[in-house]
Amino acid sequence: MCVAIPLLVKSIEDLQAEVEMGGVTRVVSLDLTPEAKVGDYVIVHAGYAIGILDEEEALETLELFRQIADLTEGEDEVSG
Amino acid sequence: MKYLDEFRDPALAAALVQNIRRRSNRPIRIMEFCGTHTVSIFKHGIRQLLPPAIEMLSGPGCPVCVTANADLDWAITLTGEPEVILTTFGDMLRVPGSRSSLEKTRAEGADVRVVYSTLDALQIARDNPDRPVVFLGIGFETTAPTIAASVLQAEAEEVTNYYILSMHKLTPPATRAILDAGDSRLDGIIGPGHVTTVIGSQAWEFLPRDYGISCAITGFEPLDILQGIYALVDRIEAGQREVTNVYSRSVRPEGNRVALEHMYKVFEICAADWRGIGEVPASGLRFREQYHRFDARDRFEVDPGPTLEPSECLCGDVIRGVKTPPECGLFREVCTPHHPVGPCMVSSEGTCAAYYLYAGEQD
Repeated sequence: MCVAIPLLVKSIEDLQAEVEMGGVTRVVSLDLTPEAKVGDYVIVHAGYAIGILDEEEALETLELFRQIADLTEGEDEVSG
Repeated sequence: MKYLDEFRDPALAAALVQNIRRRSNRPIRIMEFCGTHTVSIFKHGIRQLLPPAIEMLSGPGCPVCVTANADLDWAITLTGEPEVILTTFGDMLRVPGSRSSLEKTRAEGADVRVVYSTLDALQIARDNPDRPVVFLGIGFETTAPTIAASVLQAEAEEVTNYYILSMHKLTPPATRAILDAGDSRLDGIIGPGHVTTVIGSQAWEFLPRDYGISCAITGFEPLDILQGIYALVDRIEAGQREVTNVYSRSVRPEGNRVALEHMYKVFEICAADWRGIGEVPASGLRFREQYHRFDARDRFEVDPGPTLEPSECLCGDVIRGVKTPPECGLFREVCTPHHPVGPCMVSSEGTCAAYYLYAGEQD
């Protein structure tokens, strides 16, 4: 039920958005995310976008993962 | 940034696993609430990567699985009413009720239609103005706002033949009920990423405050889940209890206010009956007075008869994290995805189905 893949907003008309993933497009409602803009990635659930992804936060999370990986690697070298 | 491959990097996953192994010292029990997490954890083999001290349990986060038989029976009986078109998400079709299923009544001639969205159900109502069209409203806080939005749309368009059978459920009260029961003995909870996108991470602050349990809100990709597990292990080992949001690209502390406004404009909180848990106060949604004309329970009088539970089926215990599917005598022998006895084997997000498909013989 909560399966939701990030979809790219290609165009918007009257709170209806054309969204795309891997070349496949469909129309979803922006009733619950009226602030979504073209170029945003939205989380779509049962035909409605229920959330908008924040790129800055995503990049920070990935950076955190990389720091952990670097740290782990460094410790390996020390311990190895 | 496409938000998918970046969060599936095997090298980063290996580093996160190593980090978890290093930090983990004592045995802990972690429950993932959400069925989509359950499937992702199995699909990516995450359980096998974790040190033996970390026990992962699946929770009640599959709406199909927690729908009480009495509610399902009501829906199945409703399909026998003259001219009714029942619309539903596909997962509900094969769930066995006390005496039948929606799939069986459809085979017997009832008009049961699978839809992807309430937008489809509303379109069926527009196309069939002389027939009552009922949408089977199951789901958590992710689904309820979409159903509320369709009701508001129907109101605006003056569609008078569109009804909802509201069986929505709220996730924090169910989590409380599981913790109050005490038999799952949890140390940490992986919070549902998309439910929390709607309700906000603040909604889980009661876990550290009232129960001394940490909660990590995570997304559904492998790196998200591993980082969530690491956050829980780290807090538990450090003796800290808090809510950590590792899905900040989607989840804000306050959630999605527009979605919550839609939901609470149409619905108000009520008690709800959960399979395996029983009646949980303030854990369901019913129509507010001014939207009663959309309520299928007001429009139809249906007598589904007495409720029967499948004997020997342990879905109720599985939902509470008290038993695992292999502990059920029916699992894999009698109960399979082709011939499901209980809902946890029917739903694609059910714990039994996930064990059957991904865990192999070793579990």
